[in-house]
Amino acid sequence: MWLPDLVNSDCILIEGSNFAEAHPVGFRFVMEAKERGATIIHVDPRFTRTSAVANIYAPMRSGTDIAFLGGIINYVLSNERYFKEYVAAYTNASYLVSESFKDTEDLDGLFSGYNPDALVYDFSTWTWERDENKRIKTDPTMQHERCVLSLLRRHYERYTAEMVERVCGTPRDQFLTIAETVAKNSGRERTTAFAYALGWTQHSDGVQFIRAGAVLQMLLGNMGRPGGGIMALRGHADIQGATDIATLYDLLPGYLAMPSANRDEQTLAAYLKSTTKPTGWWANTPKYVISLLKAFYGNAATKENDYCFEYLPQLIGDHSQLPTTFAMKDGTVKGYFVIGQNPGASGQNAEMTRAALESLEWFVNIDSYDNETVSFWRREGANPSEIATEVFFLPAATVLEKDGTMTQTSRVLQGHDKAVEPAGDSKSDAYYLNWLVKRLKELYAGSTDPKDRPILDMTWNYDSDDPHEREKGEPSVLKVLQEINGYHTATGEQVVAFADLKDDGSTASGGWIYTGVCPDKQTNHARSRDNSGPYTAPNWGWAWPANRRTLYNRASADPDGNPWSERKKYVWWDANAKKWTGVDVPDFPATKAPNTPGNPDAGGMDFHSGADPFIMMLEGKAQIFVPGGALKDAPIPAHYEPQQSVVQNELYKQQSSPVFGRYDRTDNPYNKPIDERFPYVLTSYRITEMSGIMTRYVPWLAELQPRAFCEIDPQLAVEKGIKNGDWVTLSTALGEIEVRALVSGRMRPLRLGKGRRVHTIGVPYNFGNMVALARGDSVGTLIPISLDPNVSIHESKSLTCNIRPGRRPAHHRDAADEPVPSNERNPLGQPLGRWASTAQGTGQRQEGEKK
Amino acid sequence: MATGFFTDTTLCIGCKACEVACKQWNELPSDGFQFTGDSYDNTSELSGTTWRHVAFIEQMSLDEGGLHDRWLMSSDVCKHCTNAGCMEACPTGAIIRNEFDSVFIQPDVCNGCGYCVTSCPFGVVDLIEKFDPDGSRYNLASLVEARLDEDKTALQGHGGVAGKCTLCYDRQKIGFEPACAKACPTESIQFGDVDVLRERARKRVETLVGRGVAGAQLYGVDDVGGGVGPLNAFFLLTDRPETYNLPAQPVLPSTRQPAGYSSAAIAALGLAIAGWMIFRNE
Repeated sequence: MWLPDLVNSDCILIEGSNFAEAHPVGFRFVMEAKERGATIIHVDPRFTRTSAVANIYAPMRSGTDIAFLGGIINYVLSNERYFKEYVAAYTNASYLVSESFKDTEDLDGLFSGYNPDALVYDFSTWTWERDENKRIKTDPTMQHERCVLSLLRRHYERYTAEMVERVCGTPRDQFLTIAETVAKNSGRERTTAFAYALGWTQHSDGVQFIRAGAVLQMLLGNMGRPGGGIMALRGHADIQGATDIATLYDLLPGYLAMPSANRDEQTLAAYLKSTTKPTGWWANTPKYVISLLKAFYGNAATKENDYCFEYLPQLIGDHSQLPTTFAMKDGTVKGYFVIGQNPGASGQNAEMTRAALESLEWFVNIDSYDNETVSFWRREGANPSEIATEVFFLPAATVLEKDGTMTQTSRVLQGHDKAVEPAGDSKSDAYYLNWLVKRLKELYAGSTDPKDRPILDMTWNYDSDDPHEREKGEPSVLKVLQEINGYHTATGEQVVAFADLKDDGSTASGGWIYTGVCPDKQTNHARSRDNSGPYTAPNWGWAWPANRRTLYNRASADPDGNPWSERKKYVWWDANAKKWTGVDVPDFPATKAPNTPGNPDAGGMDFHSGADPFIMMLEGKAQIFVPGGALKDAPIPAHYEPQQSVVQNELYKQQSSPVFGRYDRTDNPYNKPIDERFPYVLTSYRITEMSGIMTRYVPWLAELQPRAFCEIDPQLAVEKGIKNGDWVTLSTALGEIEVRALVSGRMRPLRLGKGRRVHTIGVPYNFGNMVALARGDSVGTLIPISLDPNVSIHESKSLTCNIRPGRRPAHHRDAADEPVPSNERNPLGQPLGRWASTAQGTGQRQEGEKK
Repeated sequence: MATGFFTDTTLCIGCKACEVACKQWNELPSDGFQFTGDSYDNTSELSGTTWRHVAFIEQMSLDEGGLHDRWLMSSDVCKHCTNAGCMEACPTGAIIRNEFDSVFIQPDVCNGCGYCVTSCPFGVVDLIEKFDPDGSRYNLASLVEARLDEDKTALQGHGGVAGKCTLCYDRQKIGFEPACAKACPTESIQFGDVDVLRERARKRVETLVGRGVAGAQLYGVDDVGGGVGPLNAFFLLTDRPETYNLPAQPVLPSTRQPAGYSSAAIAALGLAIAGWMIFRNE
């Protein structure tokens, strides 16, 4: 979804997100929607700043979203509230699933094909039933007992409102109100949007949480519609850009796959065969891969040498950040670059991360500030004389001190200009990488060793045309963006659209999804700031792909190409001009008529009919059932308890996800699945005032939230003898931290099934205890590493812990940390006067005391 | 043209961008780092160096009718009163009304006597502690010495003067809106012609009452009483003013003067009569 499109929503369900807290500026669109009459629903374990302005708030136990959403799916299906024509035409609801497939209802929480020794699934039964011509069998009436829709009904049949109350702790009536509100705001005339963030992603089955939301939105017919769909709220200003241009270990830019040594992908031909989808838009994969290789290796990449494909590294396992940190501790990984991140404070198992750095031979940190990661060698308990790591700390320019682009949560690229020169010796990240690569090329120049060819053959032509910048060693980030856009290798002219990219080496592109942002050497659409035109603001920045705001917007029209309703028209077929038109760039072949039949014997886009909006999918249909192991843990989401929970799974014998990434090591101990030592739910989250290390040094932000704290409910506080403001110690099997207690009625104990009452303790993750003005222990010290099997995201939202009053042992006390004595508080318990404490910590000063 | 603020607290999401934008624009230091335990409010109040302050009031309750949860958030600021107590008390004439009808403290005239502090019915204005540019303050400018030039803001040059919201007088003079209004992402803080804002506020409260928003009321659109008059910075609240730490019945101190002087005069007369009666036959 495109964020501003929320103003067109009739209902916005915010779940797995604290939207107002984490996206205060983006939240303006929710407020606008509310003023236009939309119902804003917030479902969350805590009553937060988002809940305060929502129309409906409902509490839900952390980690039980699949039960909650499954309950709404069941409501929608059993009350026949799904958008029938949409579901029949645009999803795979009518497809027949293979007889050999067994659901969680058959196997008490497992799907067919589970291998309990290897802790993985064999996906061969998660497949379609096909006829003698290998075509997928369907039942257009969606009645057949093995069609996806029937499977869905059966799968979620036990997810009743009563079940939701027992599992999630959400009162039955509130749940039904929400289900009804969502259902009645969907269909032809009305659309509902879901907004989610890390509350859905950071679980050991996080991808399935999102899938549950997606399945529901497919049933309600909200995908690809104005004001409808799923708004994935990306956090950092450029996190979308980071995943687009591939900082994830298993991706190449533009969401291409990194070759794997564990698959038959060792040659270009094998890799292309393995990763190219036969039908749908991804059939174009070879064009993007070869253009990328041309961008990487330039003239050295030729058809004869497979475009230098063999220079690319091959994956041998999970090389995401957390497992790689274990590898450092174990001595396998010798060196580390940490650029603009502080895993030693804000990461999971933070203490292990800091300890792991001691095993490195060398470590480079590029940051604007001293932080807990680079200062690992002088942390509490470390002995610097025993640490051999060579540490390089390079000063980084901040965002205002360098040119660049950011790609934000709506996929919109916006350029930013350098406003001031970097302070002192600070340089941009691009400067350091530019300098490093040039030095490496010099170092290996003249080498005849084949293993050095990647360094020597890599194209690197980013010197600025501005002599002033060139003298300073600053590369031209515009040239980088132009290369990402792509160019014709013969002429050097920019490629105008990704449809023009070729697989014959005549085009180069560093990221095909961005093709079009710099269509010629003079133009950089990311810098455009023209907000005239339709509300989709096509001239403000540039959205990938192809400046399109809403993806799959063909689905906003019916199979005949007419809008589902006048009120919700977005993209439609113009029968006179014989092309698709509307307020956005159509996400469909421009002149493909809606009644074009699909060709079952063709490949690529011709396989799809003119009524198949989901062009990236094999069959052009939205996937309610995901076959074949594209997702490693389930074809349809099922509720599992978090890996560390407080109750048994009420729905199945299988307690938690059977395939999540475990790391059973002495430096990564888990709480037991239900652990009497740790009877409270622990969750972690951000607060508006703080982000990472760069906010902790800003005095105006630090005074707003200066110290780490936890939020607990009044009943738990009374039970444990904790008063508001007291020091408390939180503990898990992994570690202990001390924070201040904020006792608040916004945290409510939940009543689950069997009369079980559950308390939740919430801890912001934004603090570190070594440096900066805003300080405190890191919640990461409590959280062991357990990962989702699809994308290796960590579980940090639903854990368990214990709490006790008092400080943990061995702490360096800062006078500014002492609580305010009672005689210096007013009758409301608020501290008197202004605090004159400084970073040196000078303690309190009473009101009226003048110098 | 009189300009001011309409702060619609029903649109506030408590992000504190206003508090930070104000500090950044005016190059004010932090007030120190203390965890108060008072909801999400660690700055507690307006002060000589905090000119926007976001208040958080938690109202959580549960009865047979279900959950009734409210978390009120409001960005407090100088009210720029029609009859300003601070201005009346100021002996040096430092406090004036400028061409935008804002109450403005001229920092180069202020002698730091502090009479304004006790005269504000709302507890807004306060003295600024004298600060030392070389050590203990953490103004962002001090991280880069090059930016701290000789032509400091008056606050950096002087200490001990009184400080409060200037309604961004310097920004208004060049046609900009105040920093807080510009930063507010949900337009809870609305800036403009005071008459236009008053009309908007009256319509808004009507709309909200119509929607059943409990406790929706205006504060300062009309005369708040006690001699203060209407406020140029007024609010739309969803509970009584006291809930937000605002006085329900603010009093302009000078309105006590007639009563004070009269009592003194009557007392003097009474004593004179008593004295005459007691001593006349001596």
